[in-house]
Amino acid sequence: MTSTVVAPLATRRRPGARVVARLQESLPKLVLAPSFAAILVFVYGFILWTVYLSFTRSRLLPVYELVGFDAYERLWSQPNWWKAIQNLGVFGSLYIGICLALGLLLAIFLDQKIRGEGVLRPIYLYPMALSFIVTGTAWKWFLNPGLGLEKTMHAWGLEWFKFDWLVNPDMAIYTVVIAGVWQASGFCMAMFLAGLRGIDGEIMKAAQIDGASTFALYRRIVIPLLRPVFLSAFIVLAHMAIKSYDLVIALTGGGPGNATELPSTFMYSYTFTRNQMAVGAASAVIMLMTICAIIVPYLYSELREKN
Amino acid sequence: MSAAVVVTRQPGSSIATKVFIYGLLLAFAALYLLPLFVMVVTSFKTLDEIRDGNMLALPQNPTVEPWMSAWGQSCVGLTCAGIKGYFWNSISMVVPAVAISTLLGAMNGYVLTKWRFPGHKWVFGLMLFACFIPFQAVLIPMARILGILGLADSTAGLVFVHVVYGLGFTTLFFRNYYEAFPNELIRAAQIDGASFFQIFRRILLPSSGPIIVVTVIFQFTNIWNDFLFGASFTSGGNAPMTVALNNLVNTSTGVREYNVHMAAAMIAALPTLLVYVLAGRYFVRGLMAGAVKG
Amino acid sequence: MAFLEIAGLRKRYGAVEILKGIDLTLDRGGFLVLVGPSGCGKSTLLNTIAGLEAISEGTISIGGDVVNDLHPSKRDIAMVFQSYALYPNMNVGQNMAFGMEMRGVPKEERDLAVAEVAKMLQIEHLLTRKPGQLSGGQRQRVAMGRALVRKPRVFLFDEPLSNLDAKLRVDMRTEIKRLHQKTGATIVYVTHDQIEAMTLATKIAVLKDGELQQVGTPAEIYNRPSNLFVADFMGSPAMNLIEAKVTNGGARKVLSLARPGAHPLHLPLAGELASAAIEADQDVILGVRPEAITDRDGADRNARHVELLDCQVEVVEPAGADTYVVTHLGGKEVVARMRADAEVQPGQTVPFAFNLEKAILFDPATGRRL
Repeated sequence: MTSTVVAPLATRRRPGARVVARLQESLPKLVLAPSFAAILVFVYGFILWTVYLSFTRSRLLPVYELVGFDAYERLWSQPNWWKAIQNLGVFGSLYIGICLALGLLLAIFLDQKIRGEGVLRPIYLYPMALSFIVTGTAWKWFLNPGLGLEKTMHAWGLEWFKFDWLVNPDMAIYTVVIAGVWQASGFCMAMFLAGLRGIDGEIMKAAQIDGASTFALYRRIVIPLLRPVFLSAFIVLAHMAIKSYDLVIALTGGGPGNATELPSTFMYSYTFTRNQMAVGAASAVIMLMTICAIIVPYLYSELREKN
Repeated sequence: MSAAVVVTRQPGSSIATKVFIYGLLLAFAALYLLPLFVMVVTSFKTLDEIRDGNMLALPQNPTVEPWMSAWGQSCVGLTCAGIKGYFWNSISMVVPAVAISTLLGAMNGYVLTKWRFPGHKWVFGLMLFACFIPFQAVLIPMARILGILGLADSTAGLVFVHVVYGLGFTTLFFRNYYEAFPNELIRAAQIDGASFFQIFRRILLPSSGPIIVVTVIFQFTNIWNDFLFGASFTSGGNAPMTVALNNLVNTSTGVREYNVHMAAAMIAALPTLLVYVLAGRYFVRGLMAGAVKG
Repeated sequence: MAFLEIAGLRKRYGAVEILKGIDLTLDRGGFLVLVGPSGCGKSTLLNTIAGLEAISEGTISIGGDVVNDLHPSKRDIAMVFQSYALYPNMNVGQNMAFGMEMRGVPKEERDLAVAEVAKMLQIEHLLTRKPGQLSGGQRQRVAMGRALVRKPRVFLFDEPLSNLDAKLRVDMRTEIKRLHQKTGATIVYVTHDQIEAMTLATKIAVLKDGELQQVGTPAEIYNRPSNLFVADFMGSPAMNLIEAKVTNGGARKVLSLARPGAHPLHLPLAGELASAAIEADQDVILGVRPEAITDRDGADRNARHVELLDCQVEVVEPAGADTYVVTHLGGKEVVARMRADAEVQPGQTVPFAFNLEKAILFDPATGRRL
């Protein structure tokens, strides 16, 4: 009869047996420990470090003397920062709103027993596989005033068409929205499609018998049932919007001027090129707090539900 | 099950709706493909053709010159040796990073589901939350530490960074997958005398095919496509592909060789696109798993 | 004229014919049960009556109106589904009122109708709850309530009790029967459970592979099945179907049943068997239900043709109220239902009482009753 792993052989009096057994018992925890420790240090520890730095006067190199909210005051007095926040608001709401709407629309249409779904779906999704840099580069070319879309429209006879958004300070942020939506709406579509497929077919039949028009069906029954999907998609999109860095850099470089500055680009430039480490740290902390405000309640409710 | 409303009667209107639906879907498909199409097409044109012609037009005299130039001669920063070096940098960064983070994630998932201990929910919660932080919050300290460890501006440093920050996701994937794995099999193996590692290697791992594929694809795509870490922690010769591409495209010296830029972008995109085409199903699963609750 | 008439109904999916020429009628207030094994087409038939699926040929009329081409919501029907199909995001009251809302009925009328039905089904206290907060039995009542509120001409039930546990199923079955008696509604009910069919129906239609096997009252279906399939499918435990041969036993013909290790058993062609159209040396199948084979003292005193024949007992299964005794005849296991205190042991040879008034003969080649 083989002995189980769990019970230590207390009857034997070999000196190292106890230690070995104890070691075996804690083996799982030992295996998990390095990863957990790494996360504690390199995620939470570093966050605390950054927070600490945001209360110092660090410039090019870190200085560890605390000076209170100095960096934050300087942060909020920067017009760049206000522009970044404003851009985030505009970009974020349009990005999330359009992605959700477009994703839902495409999913509903794809769900109508369409032939060729196997071809269409990957086409909507492939942009997610691309690096933001590639996306930015492609759209930068596509929307290039003079050589891109504008020129094509002119060649087709639409001489009046003008598309200089990329270099127009007022409109540049909308190009980021366009490129972002192109990239992420396929993902929303995939999520909504999965949600639609999870709806009990008998509910549809019951609604038909009740005489619901297609419009009423979707408005009163299907869309409310998709609420969890809306939430999940919203969380992921909000997260991506706040972190957006690569896309902006590749598409507009933050410009023209500061027109497409976002908190992420602000943080990078202030920390690494303008040598204002404390201000950069402060902006990073603000970004973190924004994400926490969205993610933490969501995670908490999800994890609690599993109890 | 589908939410689609059953089409009954009135053949006339149902054909009209079908046409409308297909039309809309195809129009959008064209829109989605357009930028890719333009990229590909432009990368095969000569500069003259680009200047004079329509970006949507097919190349009149297709040439692979831009691709050759992108690969071997284009100027990234100060060196003009093409992007091939950076391509290999990316590869030598991605492969170890994906392998290590996947393996660690698998072991973590195993421990968290089959060897529960008090407080495991908190441990998992903390690891899960780490997926969501904006990396800007850890850039500064990480830059310092890499410098201290002598890993600044090196591929090894990037591997380290990607492994650490990928642990949250890989652990999440494996943990969810192993959660559904029947505990009775583990018990039976224990009764048979299998050790901790034997159970993992002989029982769990062989059944983990799907989740390994999903995790590898997810990690590969994310790490290959990463820019922020690459730009923050490397420069010059050790930079990954994405950084090189950005430098190439955004240098404003001299003539802008759009065709070379597009070719370089295609080269950067090909690995992940290829993975997507071959294993798209798993790619989607990874996306959804990352979005769904822990 | 019947209230619900289905004539020549056929349904095809491409080249496959799912429903092969169905003719059914149902009077007003009747309870028609469509019963059969999985895949026989009963749910499809119900869906075509509802209008959820189109038909390839034939007509369906309700109350004299042909409804083939009408949208489900215009046929004046209501349906109760297997999974209840309650709208999860609305509460019970809203679920019940939804159909009326879609038809533009004003709120006061809707509330009145809902309250009335809720009272009848005793679910008034659940009106503000959401489906997710209800038990299976409660959800089933709400689903029925939603159908009742509509006051349709025909009620359609699609295996409504299949998702309930055994005890609840019995309770709900009684409730449905009570509801039918109280409201006099016309009901078409689909189930795979033949006990439900027997207890609830005024008329049963047995289906197999898209074809009607037999249509009749429960008694007809049970006592005079028209073919082997119906005989086997309905009744639990199943009817014994024993291979036999018609031989000349002197002046009269007898049924010869093979027995292992003994002379064949001879059953006279009396009772029901006498009227069968058979000839000598014909192979037949004898159908006799377990309750028609008992021990000597348990036999029905009022039966006119009971034959006592010795058979060897193989297995004895005491089941509380009865004892099931298994023997071997005609090369097959035959189950007899004896009294609980019958003294029978495996291996014994005891007299079995065959009630020939309840026996039937089938043609092995066609499966039909002779």
